[in-house]
Amino acid sequence: MPVLVLSTSLVPAIVIFFLAEAQQRTRTLVNIAGALAKLALVAVMLDGVALGVAYETRLGLLPGLDLLLRVDALALLFLTLSAFLWLLTTIYAISYLGQGPHLSRFFGFFSLCVAATTGIALSGTLVTFFIFYELLTLSTWPLVVHQGDARSIAAGRRYLAYTLAGSAVLLLGIVWLESRTGPVEFTVRGSLAGVDAPTLQAVFCLLVAGLGVKTALVPLHGWLPAAMVAPAPVSALLHAVAVVKAGAFGIVRIIYDVYGTTLLHELSLGIPLAAVAAFTVIYGSARALQQDDIKRRLAFSTVSQVSYIVLGASLFGPYSTIGGLAHLVHQGLMKITLFFCAGALAERLHVHKVRELDGIGRTMPWTAAAFTVGALGMIGVPPIAGFVSKWYLGLGGVQAGHVWVVLVLAGSSLLNAGYFLPLIYRAWFVPGAMDRAPGRERPFWLIAPAVITALASLGVGALAGLAMSPLGWATLIVERNYTP
Amino acid sequence: MLPDLLAVGVPWAVASIVLPLAVALAAIALGPHARHLVLPGALLGAVIALAAAAQVLAHGAWHHAVGGWLPPLGIRLRLDGLAASFLVATAVVACGVAGFSRRLFEPSARRETRAGFAFWPLFFVMWAGLNAVFLGADLFNLYVALELLTLTAVAMVALDGKAETLAAAIRYLLFALLGSLAYLLGVALLYARYGALDLGLLRAAAVPDAITLAAGAIMTAGLMAKTAIFPLHGWLPPAHAGAPTPASAMLSALVVKASFYLIARLWFDVLPAAATVETSQLFGALGAGAIVFGSLLALRQEQLKLVIAYSTVAQLGYLFLMFPLTGSAAAPQPWAAAAWTGGMFHALAHAPAKAAMFLAAGLMIKACGDGRLAPLAGIGRDLPIACFAFGLAAVSLMGLPPSGGFTAKYLLLTAALASGQWWWALAILAGGLLAAAYLFRVLNRFLIAPAEAAPRVAVARRDQAIALALAGVSILLGLASLVPYQLLQIGRPAAAVGGLS
Amino acid sequence: MSPILYAATGAVLVGIGVFGLLARTHLLRRILAFNVIGSGIFLAFGGLGSRGPGSGVDPVPQAIVITGIVVALAATALAVTLVTRLFEETGAVTLPGEHPAEGPDAS
Repeated sequence: MPVLVLSTSLVPAIVIFFLAEAQQRTRTLVNIAGALAKLALVAVMLDGVALGVAYETRLGLLPGLDLLLRVDALALLFLTLSAFLWLLTTIYAISYLGQGPHLSRFFGFFSLCVAATTGIALSGTLVTFFIFYELLTLSTWPLVVHQGDARSIAAGRRYLAYTLAGSAVLLLGIVWLESRTGPVEFTVRGSLAGVDAPTLQAVFCLLVAGLGVKTALVPLHGWLPAAMVAPAPVSALLHAVAVVKAGAFGIVRIIYDVYGTTLLHELSLGIPLAAVAAFTVIYGSARALQQDDIKRRLAFSTVSQVSYIVLGASLFGPYSTIGGLAHLVHQGLMKITLFFCAGALAERLHVHKVRELDGIGRTMPWTAAAFTVGALGMIGVPPIAGFVSKWYLGLGGVQAGHVWVVLVLAGSSLLNAGYFLPLIYRAWFVPGAMDRAPGRERPFWLIAPAVITALASLGVGALAGLAMSPLGWATLIVERNYTP
Repeated sequence: MLPDLLAVGVPWAVASIVLPLAVALAAIALGPHARHLVLPGALLGAVIALAAAAQVLAHGAWHHAVGGWLPPLGIRLRLDGLAASFLVATAVVACGVAGFSRRLFEPSARRETRAGFAFWPLFFVMWAGLNAVFLGADLFNLYVALELLTLTAVAMVALDGKAETLAAAIRYLLFALLGSLAYLLGVALLYARYGALDLGLLRAAAVPDAITLAAGAIMTAGLMAKTAIFPLHGWLPPAHAGAPTPASAMLSALVVKASFYLIARLWFDVLPAAATVETSQLFGALGAGAIVFGSLLALRQEQLKLVIAYSTVAQLGYLFLMFPLTGSAAAPQPWAAAAWTGGMFHALAHAPAKAAMFLAAGLMIKACGDGRLAPLAGIGRDLPIACFAFGLAAVSLMGLPPSGGFTAKYLLLTAALASGQWWWALAILAGGLLAAAYLFRVLNRFLIAPAEAAPRVAVARRDQAIALALAGVSILLGLASLVPYQLLQIGRPAAAVGGLS
Repeated sequence: MSPILYAATGAVLVGIGVFGLLARTHLLRRILAFNVIGSGIFLAFGGLGSRGPGSGVDPVPQAIVITGIVVALAATALAVTLVTRLFEETGAVTLPGEHPAEGPDAS
């Protein structure tokens, strides 16, 4: 089963690489078919895992070292998000890129990137995780430099410099740990007995530093705003689904399934990590406030928002964990909405700067509405998804005895409001400088994905009480695995 | 039927030397028609190599006394897991290069080129020489095999007869001959001391005294000159970059490994007792030096093939890290000989990757009509398959997963950290990052959208596909690594587990 | 004649040859130097054949020396061909970047 899921994006990737540039219909068909098949498989597994079925595939790499793909509840949380958003992003990208050059290459790497994300979600050992993590780095690079101009190439170089250095640190951490324990498999509450504390602490720092690059923890975030030169669907994917989430997901795995919270508590590593995450939350928001370019503003917002996940995981309490995990999905939905909208605005109206937003509510009402929902969600206005995760995070902070977390959340929300509300205000209430004709909201499939994700972020917030909502699922994960 | 073919005693090992020699002779006789022999010959060679590997997997390592004569008089061949895996790697690369070159050296309608006539005999003699090195079980036969290899390799470099490649070939020849003589001198010393040349007999007799150590040192120095390990690497880049593309692929992927293979055989199989901590740390230091300096020099090259050639200098460095890292098997590892296996894995994975890279580069240079990096801008659109092959090969060279290069690096890193020799781990990681730096410098150009479309010469998709297939092998080696791993363990020397000295 | 004498003469020849290979830049001289080294090694190796009086002659070194001479001959032939070709192409008798030394090479 895990192999099947992996192949729903790997096979399209390979097929698309071999398609000629002109075979547009076939390419679209393969893409959408793969995405739909994956979604269907995910739905089946969701049902299975909820009932307690375990899916697992092993491939021996070396004696004792397996490539292990395993579907557990946490994996499915990430997998569902990526499967759902992949479908929408693919639809969006097909409309966005239209007849542009190198589309076979683009969609090939795009699918490969999703395959890597799937692999990350399903990884059952540290080495498996690393393999897919690197595959992700490699397959996103051609997407970042897709346009091939000097700026893209420079951004790509920066992206690689950060991520490859991060990978080297991560690999060092993994190998150091495994040179003491043998190959490490993800198991609930960890398996590191018998390793001395200083080594464990050092290894933890290496692992988190390595993963922190992709998570864009300050001061390792420099690549993210630079990578904004990529086409909008890529930015959407990088920010909402693949890259930053892979890092955050990895940190969650390390905390819960490699070390285990008890051990980390004994090593007193949680609070420093939480502090870094909290600083990133505030710093990212503050920097976002200064950006004039919409996409860069969104990029710094991502820096800030993704650290919520890390913050939730590093507080070790059940509520904060639920909040963090739910935010993994919530942030994905909201941020991808924002990027879809930003891309549509840039494509249809050539709007790139904040001040150019004036009056777009009239010209592109659906887009502006979706953007508003996403932005309000980010701020944490109920009942949109962002509110739910912030609520649980705050609750978790209080429960763990760290009231400062609430202050961080409040401060961040204020800053969020500070950089999002002007956008919303300009879009709806400032009349446009130029008289732009309405009717620019086409093609349909460029606008629809944003509306769908906006509705989804409303839905998961409003219906958070259901068992199959992201929050419900996060609760299931925590109850099943991480309740002390 | 099949079990009989793989039984102990079926001389696959002998066949793997005899067949290429026979094809080479036939190619000389057939002259311009030799190309019809190439594919059947290469494929048959591959079948023989696979059969030899299957034989080892089924029945373990064994010695074959050619003609029934036993040492000290006869010639013995030793077929163990290590030898078999190098046979297979050689066959894979050779098949790729053969398929690639079949049309390259096709005689044109008007005139017959000397290169077209000479390439195929040289190619098959080289193949035979490689197999003889991998299988040889006594020092003097190894000398002969090594010389066979040197002479064919030098001739291949000089194949197109341009002034600069001639100079490169002569420089290579001087280094290689000096190296061979040093090796021969060491052989003479060992024979004077022990009266034996057979590896097994020597191993049984060897004691760590001054003569033995001197002999080992002289032989190693000579072989290092042939392997182009830092700081004896000066001859390699001009020779490998100047050679015709298929020759570059063979030289960089295989020929330098042969002399490395002998160094490893010498220390692990013959003289483990004579090695000291200092010697193995010195080997490691040379390896680390090669990684760093080779990479830094690769970073500064403006010619595509020179980048790849310097990358070979750097990659060879990893092989020498296995000397200080062996014997560090700590309890938690499931791998008894992690460093030794890792080093050998690296040699095996590097072969198809580097061959793929040279073949892809050759196609790009042909398409651009220019060997520099700058005109490559935007070539990703014109030669997508070749670029993809180059990229996959680069993944393996950088040691990123999933690839044979990663598996090798993982094993070496584990050994380094398990034995507390973290400085080698840092060298390995730094080497990976430097490799990324010089390879992405090339990869970047593939994706640049050039201001105006440059004129390109058309390149056959089939040739690109061969490069892609070779690159694919190096990637696959990282996923299907279990069988190669098991193969390598068969008949591995005791020192690979216990360490040198 | 004792093997020591052969070995000592061989060592002297190797020394002369190595000096020639390193100190001379004219390629023909280098090839000759290579042959001198080879001769030194063969001489020493051949001297090993007699293992003390009365015990006969060990054939292995002799067989090896003969093979070695053949290999050296092949290598020399290849080297001379390459040097000749280089001279035809460029008129140079040294490797690029190395200048003919003053004195004996200048002729």
